[in-house]
Amino acid sequence: MTDPDKLKLARQFIEAIPHSRDLGMELTEMDDGVAVITMPYDEKLIGDPETGVISGGAVSALMDTCCGAAVMSHPKNLAGTATLDLRIDYMRAATPGQQITTRATCYHVTRSVAFVRATAYDEDAQNPVATATGAFTVEGSA
Amino acid sequence: MKRPEPVQVVKQRRDAALRALVDGVPYIQYLGVTFDRRGDELTGVLPFDEKLIGNPLLPALHGGVTAAFMEMTAVITLSWSYLWEDIESGSLDFDPGGGTRMPRLPKTVDFSVDYLRSGLPRDAYARARINRSGRRYASVHVEGWQDNRDRLFAQATGHFVMPQRR
Repeated sequence: MTDPDKLKLARQFIEAIPHSRDLGMELTEMDDGVAVITMPYDEKLIGDPETGVISGGAVSALMDTCCGAAVMSHPKNLAGTATLDLRIDYMRAATPGQQITTRATCYHVTRSVAFVRATAYDEDAQNPVATATGAFTVEGSA
Repeated sequence: MKRPEPVQVVKQRRDAALRALVDGVPYIQYLGVTFDRRGDELTGVLPFDEKLIGNPLLPALHGGVTAAFMEMTAVITLSWSYLWEDIESGSLDFDPGGGTRMPRLPKTVDFSVDYLRSGLPRDAYARARINRSGRRYASVHVEGWQDNRDRLFAQATGHFVMPQRR
């Protein structure tokens, strides 16, 4: 489990991002290249008015934040990070009314680039809503 | 020969259709995205707002906002082109009061964004090009820029499942 000091730092990190704060994102884990972030269901995120399913764009914002947090928590990355590319595959519609949880892992980190994978779920943790793969900058290494 | 319709009538019908399409999506309203129309060409406009920031130190737009903006531009442009003939013929009549039952939007299968520069704290624009549009699937490319049209800050490609006609 993540140690409390690191978690406090991680929470401050996410609260400093205006867009993530605006979407109500909460960081529950951030350590050693892995991050977990939740985002509550909100009517303002609806992309399909007929069904109330949230927009893919809102899932993208969550995925991007979570991958970035994973990179920032990696010991090889000493400063911030920026997204180079991010690809999202949408498996199914998220169930309206349910919170989305994303888990991102840095699966390979070089001196300049971090390769990250992420998966998003609603309350059915067996059936991913979306997966993402991305490349992020690694900063601050000599 | 049939006289062409007055230009105001044509414009009114097209603008009502576009408004109905865009206003129906809460997330587009939340981001503040609007669409400029020149004939059938659409340009997505994302006016800058503090809540869109992802890096407060630079400051820069949130990468997720950029992705969402590009995706919304792709979805609306695709839907617009799919509905265009029905809008032109008048067979799809949009009630400006908002009473129209909207056709379903295309569903995103995958969306891949390249971040070319950091998004500045300014308005952003995006235009989508439909590279392939079949009965079931479509492939769309999107370019995003801010101050200079030739200096893209992001580009994206996505695949979509088209709605079935009802």
